[in-house]
Amino acid sequence: MSTLSIDNISMRFDLPNGGHVQALQNVSLEIKTGELMSVLGPSGCGKTTLLNILAGFLAPTEGQITLNGHRVTGPDAERGMVFQQGALFEWMSVRDNVSFGPRMAGKREKEWRGTVDHLLDVVGLRDFKEKAVYELSGGMQQRVALARCLANDPDVILMDEPLGALDALTREKMQGLVLKLWKETGKTIILITHSVEEALLLGERLLVMAPRPGRVHKEYRLPFADTGAGKDLREVKKDPEFAAKREEILTMIWDMEEEIMGRTEEAGV
Amino acid sequence: MIILLLYVAIFTGAFFAVRFGVRKFRQMNDYTSLKTVTFGDESAVRPDRWASVISVVTIFLLWGAFTGSKWVPLHAPGPFVGDTEFTYTLEGPDGTRDDATVTVRVFKIGETVETPVVDPGDGIAKNDVLTVGAWRSQLLLMDKNDEVTRDQGAKVVAIDGKPVSDGQTVDVAAGTVAVTAKGSLNFAPAKGMQMEPIWLPPPEAVVSRLIEVSKQGYQNFTLWEHLYWSLFRVIVGFALGALVGIPLGYAMGLSDWFRGWFDPIVEFMRPVPPLALIPLVIIWQALARAARSSCCPRGALIMTISARAGVSGVAISKVHAAYSLGASKWQLMRHVIVPNSLPEIFTGARVAMGVCWGTVVAAELVAAEKGAGMMIMVASRFQLTDIVLMGIILIGIIGYGIDILMRKAETWLVPWKGRV
Repeated sequence: MSTLSIDNISMRFDLPNGGHVQALQNVSLEIKTGELMSVLGPSGCGKTTLLNILAGFLAPTEGQITLNGHRVTGPDAERGMVFQQGALFEWMSVRDNVSFGPRMAGKREKEWRGTVDHLLDVVGLRDFKEKAVYELSGGMQQRVALARCLANDPDVILMDEPLGALDALTREKMQGLVLKLWKETGKTIILITHSVEEALLLGERLLVMAPRPGRVHKEYRLPFADTGAGKDLREVKKDPEFAAKREEILTMIWDMEEEIMGRTEEAGV
Repeated sequence: MIILLLYVAIFTGAFFAVRFGVRKFRQMNDYTSLKTVTFGDESAVRPDRWASVISVVTIFLLWGAFTGSKWVPLHAPGPFVGDTEFTYTLEGPDGTRDDATVTVRVFKIGETVETPVVDPGDGIAKNDVLTVGAWRSQLLLMDKNDEVTRDQGAKVVAIDGKPVSDGQTVDVAAGTVAVTAKGSLNFAPAKGMQMEPIWLPPPEAVVSRLIEVSKQGYQNFTLWEHLYWSLFRVIVGFALGALVGIPLGYAMGLSDWFRGWFDPIVEFMRPVPPLALIPLVIIWQALARAARSSCCPRGALIMTISARAGVSGVAISKVHAAYSLGASKWQLMRHVIVPNSLPEIFTGARVAMGVCWGTVVAAELVAAEKGAGMMIMVASRFQLTDIVLMGIILIGIIGYGIDILMRKAETWLVPWKGRV
């Protein structure tokens, strides 16, 4: 079994004014293949930094990441990214966006055509494949981004608030789609979000991070992603256990926010 | 001043005429026309094509009206042409006075004029004859034929009965008469409100000159050769500039060494106006006569800046996405950075093209044997204002045409521009 292991990662960088920021401190995690882990936390808790380190865009000052036994040193096709928005290539059609990975790998059209068409079917964009991406709505664009990532068949998918820019209704539909894709493909997914509800719905594991220094605060194992796949997500939300967990985590994050505010007030900011 | 007032009046009048006349009958019903908030909503401000047409027509009407064009029905009062007369009173040293009539024939410059014959009359002052071109003035030595001359103490004391002294000017029919310091008379016919052709020829003169020059050429080269050479220099200069500037801009956007190395040069050259480089180019031409495409460095500079801006304009998430999808550096360049910078480069290219066109013409003004700028310059030395105007209009039309072509190319090549 291939696993993604985060081994005692610390991230600390100097500021021009002589100070420094401890973005992450001694974060260790083990993520098994096929796991869907959501990451929550107040702003400044280092969750995006963690994701960027996992993607290989940043080098940690201490510790290391290993995937399938080898060390992560830079971006690679084995770790796909889905961004909040604006990461699609406007100069390409939907199809060219989705087939970008295989094409960069030097594959011929007959090798990738089947996969790409299938993925476009799955995300419901079969009729839009020749369209330019700027002609699509925000939700459709994110579906293109998901399909583009999957077309490359990565081992791990890193999602940086992929649904953050969508309206509530589209977001709910997309949450269902993410769950469905996860179930169908069995990919390892790490999803960063600001929405407690989304983290609960989608995460098999849920990581709550705390700021200053960025660290893992608490970890949950949740049943909702498993049970919710294929079901109406609104039914899941009615579950009293779901509501209880939501309240618990919300309170936790609220407390952290309050603490930050209190600390900055003390510091006279 | 009057022209400006007329222009403002036409502007306002046409506005109300179109707003309350034409619009009543031709109501548009698209989405924008239903917006009630248009003041402040830039997207709701669309050029009124009526205004554009009226604007262009107005310029030609005013031009025609104030140059006496045959194409325009209404004219501003032109210069006086024809016969007029005034009288002067000569006083002899002994105090005797006598009136004499001066018959003036004002003719159009370029037409032959017959000197009218008049009866000299009697008395000490004899009648005079004067011919003078429109817009010109003519000195009259009125006492040449008089019985008593100024040398003998005669003196003009009145014109048309109005007493005058030396240095004074008097209005007479169709002109003014000035008494010079030496006591002779200087007649200037009324100029009217039209421009003299030497300052501003009427439109038909420009058109007929255009036909003439296009048939016969000017200064040993045909009109097409002049325009072709200007255009050729612009395109060569622009192409060289792009060839140097775009890769340099990419290099500056992608490598900190290149950025650091060329930043001072680019930032130093940016505020130096291209016209200030022309003297240098002229001096260098003595060394290397081939260096005619003086717009090249300016074009290169603009292309460098826009290509650099294009590279820095790429969203970091696009770069990250491409790397995460397995793209190599070269593939990132080819599939992400270059296409992403195209809109910026096109904007820069349009600016550079305009600047190139301006610089080439300016350079030709001072040093060239052929080209639109040279044509204008030589014509202006001979006061051939119609050729100068023709050149200016042709340069404007070609520049405008280039810009339209570039915009067409832009919408075709970069359809996503402004829609991301």
